[in-house]
Amino acid sequence: MKIAVCVKYVPDAAADRSFSADHTTDRVGSIGILSELDEYAVEEALKIREAGDAEVIVLTMGPDGAETALKKALQMGADRAVHVSDPGLHGADAPATSLVLANAISRLEVDLVLCGMASTDAIMGVVPAMIAERLGLPQVTLAAELTVDGGAVRIRRDGEDAVEEIEASLPAVVSVTDQINEPRYPSFKGIMAAKKKTVETWSLSDLDVVPDQVGLGAAWSAVTEVTRRPPRSKGTVVTDDGTGAAQLADFLAANRFV
Amino acid sequence: MAEILVLVDHLDGAVRKFTTEMLTLARRAGEPSAVFVGSGYDAAAETLAQFGAAKVYVADAPDLSEYLVTPKVELLASLIARTQPAAVLVPSTLEAKEIAARLAIRTGSGLITDAIDVSAELGTQQSAFAGSYVVDAKVTTGTPIIAVKANAVTPETAPSTPAVEAVAVDLPDSAKQARVVSRSPRKQTGRPDLSEASVVVSGGRGVGGPEGFRVVEELADALGGAVGASRAAVDSGWYPHASQVGQTGKTVSPQLYVAAGISGAIQHRAGMQTSKTIIAINKDGEAPIFEMADFGVVGDLHQVLPALVAEINRRKG
Ligand SMILES: Cc1cc2nc3c(=O)[nH]c(=O)nc-3n(C[C@H](O)[C@H](O)[C@H](O)COP(=O)(O)OP(=O)(O)OC[C@H]3O[C@@H](n4cnc5c(N)ncnc54)[C@H](O)[C@@H]3O)c2cc1C
Ligand SMILES: Nc1ncnc2c1ncn2[C@@H]1O[C@H](COP(=O)(O)O)[C@@H](O)[C@H]1O
Repeated sequence: MKIAVCVKYVPDAAADRSFSADHTTDRVGSIGILSELDEYAVEEALKIREAGDAEVIVLTMGPDGAETALKKALQMGADRAVHVSDPGLHGADAPATSLVLANAISRLEVDLVLCGMASTDAIMGVVPAMIAERLGLPQVTLAAELTVDGGAVRIRRDGEDAVEEIEASLPAVVSVTDQINEPRYPSFKGIMAAKKKTVETWSLSDLDVVPDQVGLGAAWSAVTEVTRRPPRSKGTVVTDDGTGAAQLADFLAANRFV
Repeated sequence: MAEILVLVDHLDGAVRKFTTEMLTLARRAGEPSAVFVGSGYDAAAETLAQFGAAKVYVADAPDLSEYLVTPKVELLASLIARTQPAAVLVPSTLEAKEIAARLAIRTGSGLITDAIDVSAELGTQQSAFAGSYVVDAKVTTGTPIIAVKANAVTPETAPSTPAVEAVAVDLPDSAKQARVVSRSPRKQTGRPDLSEASVVVSGGRGVGGPEGFRVVEELADALGGAVGASRAAVDSGWYPHASQVGQTGKTVSPQLYVAAGISGAIQHRAGMQTSKTIIAINKDGEAPIFEMADFGVVGDLHQVLPALVAEINRRKG
């Protein structure tokens, strides 16, 4: 079985994040990492490989530097890595990203596509569904548990109002939540092995995509302004000396919560 | 006036406040047409009329709920083709965002998720980077598809007598690929819905165990609020995942948020940063949650919370 795992290179949420002058996420002036939520997808692919036989290919679309995300996934144990990189991609929106990833996935000819539940920068949670729509594949998303059996996948999904079990036949697009597993840390052996693996770089022309279809100018929505919110100011902090609850109650009463 | 499709968020006809907010926003930009999928329309009719739905499309075929996401995409795509609406509003829930995602690709339309405001010109506002930025955006291609977050606006009534139309959906085989094989409804707590509650009381690792959540629940009940939890508390199995607040849980923006025994990690803040008033109780005076609290008590929550509940009940008389 061949598995593609879509991973995104994102600014580290623990560091300062900001926007560039053209309102796109600043991916140069920030510290970039493999989106933490995509580690769960990589881990799940590795588990499938360990339980049977599979090739795990990690795929990213991103700027220079995005190899960092792929390297981490290779260190975790992925077999192969593909980086779609093209100057024409700067400012790509979710529909454009899904077009590029869908074409790359077609070219890889995989049986299973694994994604994270959302990227930690944009937190849209839409790209997996868009890839499924573009490829005409079943969409089996937000898995808190995944079983791959023969030609079928089955997941447990903790939905808004119900816990659901969903089934589809392969090939399929599956996204996983952070409830599904505990991603491994790269081992020393994994780190050494990753040094021997190369990252393949594909450009838009390799994927039959023309720059006019993607990138900032081709986006289907536009950011008109970004404004930094003033940080919340720190309020009153009291140390409980036995009157903490009463002081809290006074605060709640003054603000008409009681 | 331009028609605006609004996908109704409901549970067996019980319309969530969410929907009334979307109808209120839709009225700024045009005439809302509510799209009701599933059973229980009779229970929903009055609320939809009260909040100004000019039309209601009702789709209630059993096979609509047998598959994930795609049936609603088929329905909305056919309504878009037929009615040429000025925009489509859906709730910014995980499932509806996926519906919106496929619909965007299907119709060649731009998509904006997690909108916290929608203007008469269909411009949107979103929070970015854990609430540290506000982003103004607009869909520029196709039919604007906007996923709206709960509490984006105070719902306003505008009574109407909607024209109701039953719509049939023909599901092609391509929409029947991901089959729901079982569905176990979640237990109802009797408390307000976490995403739309005006008061949320959350417990974290500092609560110490599942029994520790009793006092969190008691405070929530004294304030008429919902109960939330940090991921650390959820991962420890002390409280259900459906109650998790944060990046990978629910985003809440209540009038009042109480964080008890929660340190205030960035992923937690991402889900509650836009709350109007924040209260923190933590025994560590250095905990980052105090940086954003309007009122903080450095102390043991096992002492402070029960005393606070008693104090509130005493004042309520
Ligand atoms: C990809 C990813 C996604 C995540 N998503 C989320 C998310 O959606 N939501 C979320 O919450 N977290 C999320 N996290 C986890 C987040 O990083 C933190 O680990 C988590 O929020 C910590 O929970 P906590 O504050 O309850 O626990 P801790 O950080 O352990 O804090 C417990 C606090 O309780 C205090 N305390 C202890 N005992 C008492 C007492 N008796 N009285 C008063 N105070 C006491 C301590 O001083 C401490 O400050 C995510 C992490 C990752 C990597
Ligand atoms: N640029 C990208 N490269 C690779 N995968 C991506 C990219 N953007 C999004 N994804 C995948 O889609 C998921 C959801 O992303 P999003 O819809 O942006 O929140 C992520 O967890 C990734 O698995």
